[in-house]
Amino acid sequence: MLQSSPMAWRRRAVVSETRHLLFSVAPGAVWIFIFLVLPSAYLMGVAFMTNGPYGLPQMPLSLASFERLAGFGFLGWSPGNLYTLLRSLWQTLVSTALVVIIAYPVAYYITTCREKWRPILLLLVVVPSWTNQVIRAFGWMNLLAPGTPLSDLADALGLIGPHMGLYPSNFAVTLGLVYNFLPFMVLPLYAAFEKLDTAQVEAAQDLYANPIRAFWHAVFPQTLPGLLAGTVLVAIPAFGMYVIPELLGGGKGMMLGNLVANQFAESSNWPLGAAGAILMLIATFIGLFAMRRIGKRLGGGEEVVI
Amino acid sequence: MSENMTAEIADHSSAHPTTGERDGANRKASSIEMQGLHKRFGRDTVALDGVDLNIRAGEFFTLLGPSGCGKTTLLRILAGLEEPEAGSLVVGGKNITEVPPHQRSVNTVFQSYALFPHLSVRENLAFGLKMRGMKTAERQAKVDEIAEFIKLGDLVDRHVDQLSGGQRQRIALARALICEPDVLLLDEPLSALDAGLRSQLQVELLRVQKRLGMTFVFVTHDQQEAMVMSDRIAVLNGGTIQQVGTPDEVYEHPVNAFVAHFMGHDNLFAISAAEDDWVDTELGRLRLDPAEQRDAQDGWLLIRPETLELDGEIPEGYNRLQGTVAERLYRGSRIEYRLTVNGRSLMAVASNLGQRMHNIGDRVTISVCPEDLVRVAA
Repeated sequence: MLQSSPMAWRRRAVVSETRHLLFSVAPGAVWIFIFLVLPSAYLMGVAFMTNGPYGLPQMPLSLASFERLAGFGFLGWSPGNLYTLLRSLWQTLVSTALVVIIAYPVAYYITTCREKWRPILLLLVVVPSWTNQVIRAFGWMNLLAPGTPLSDLADALGLIGPHMGLYPSNFAVTLGLVYNFLPFMVLPLYAAFEKLDTAQVEAAQDLYANPIRAFWHAVFPQTLPGLLAGTVLVAIPAFGMYVIPELLGGGKGMMLGNLVANQFAESSNWPLGAAGAILMLIATFIGLFAMRRIGKRLGGGEEVVI
Repeated sequence: MSENMTAEIADHSSAHPTTGERDGANRKASSIEMQGLHKRFGRDTVALDGVDLNIRAGEFFTLLGPSGCGKTTLLRILAGLEEPEAGSLVVGGKNITEVPPHQRSVNTVFQSYALFPHLSVRENLAFGLKMRGMKTAERQAKVDEIAEFIKLGDLVDRHVDQLSGGQRQRIALARALICEPDVLLLDEPLSALDAGLRSQLQVELLRVQKRLGMTFVFVTHDQQEAMVMSDRIAVLNGGTIQQVGTPDEVYEHPVNAFVAHFMGHDNLFAISAAEDDWVDTELGRLRLDPAEQRDAQDGWLLIRPETLELDGEIPEGYNRLQGTVAERLYRGSRIEYRLTVNGRSLMAVASNLGQRMHNIGDRVTISVCPEDLVRVAA
């Protein structure tokens, strides 16, 4: 009796701890199950079903949607979907690169300003994103449409055909993406620049690194975590972007997000839409994985991406 | 961790005597001449207010002073990380006032070590050589050589974040030394370490400097450290140099009250009147060496606590004071007494040679040789 009582006490403690854990984790787990696991499973299921007469998925299971996604239709193979995928990747790559090129000096500049000005400058970077995406896209439409000063200028310079306008075009989509995602890169980069260890930069200079090499060896590695975090925040939503290509891209500016949306709406082909969504998911995971690898290599074996 | 480290270094310095392929004699060392260096931060903060200083080739030279005295600014000007507003800097006969840091043969051991965390220890060590375009194989050989010299052992293959403070310090030293600069600058490199490790590394630093015969410029605010390490010391305050001299000169003959205070002296007494061979102070009239006379009437009299004798035999001509013991601090190798003389506090230190200790409240006769009294400018 005397010996068993501490054991019993310990068992009770374990039980109570387990119960405590269960109660604290359960709400989150239920949330994730309902809003992530179930829809994903449903999407997976739909992608492997047959398209019914009204666009609703039906049995039997088939790979037809994936075949169509790869371009095999009633009329043989067509590269339309492949182009859409490549365009999405290209737009993501170009807009992310441009965002980095613009955000890097901006973030650095803000950290060099007086401390009391910094929150105001950061606010100026963020404020545009408080307006609805659609409204901002309409704003760009007005700025870039045929006959506007910017379009006329591009026309005069011979950059576009006569009376074409800068919108609608792939260029307008890139511009829209860069504009939309800039704050998501500036903020993490600003955080990285703000805690920059200047002693490392001085050490590099002291050890015979000219300004360019000092930047590359002592500044850049320190901002890498911010840069990669920003890239994840920009590239992934840009890849799946729907609104901007829809409004600024026109027929030739379609991205993967528009393809998926069309299948669920006008084209009424849920299985094909689901297959497209899965393709996006896979591409995103590959991208994230690649980012982690790059981060690990450049960061000297440290985890620098989420 | 740090105990390990201490033991390790202690082992190194005893097991490996200072013999090696490197030899101070056949190595170039550079002298440094600074003239009229001025530096201001912002509009009002004067960091350096006209510094003239010559540092000899192969010297272990220390810049000593309280924080904000300009010592770090001076070091940064030497490194090229800060530009002086006026004045010139000549190292090894070359005027390098305008030369950017990456073109100076001057390397720095930073206070925060400033190791590159994304690089391995080996890459950190090889950084300077890589920037100077040395080939990989040659670089590796150099890294192995310096690792042997500083006794880094297996630290070379670790990652920076696996190192303790003392280990980082030695890597930072090795990273600067590997470049074989004309001048090595050290910015309070030991200030972040605990006392035991600190004294071990002081010994090691001295050993390295003597073996390489390189010019070391060392910055510290710790006067004990400065005295242990240095061939010569410059004491700075308010952006100007107060005194330059060997440790014993600065300690035993400080030129002014600031230097005396900073070197740890407590027994400073205002001189109210002075003649050829005596001064009047709050303690009473004291005889001193006529050679010690200064031009200035006002000033301070410095009495070093270790020159006072309590209740001893008093030779002819010695000063004699009466006092009471107010406080006694037993420090093992020595005993410190705070005495009260004429209502003034006077510190005395006696080596613990087994003599009878004085008790608090005891009346004692204090004697001091006139030659041990030093006059100090205000």
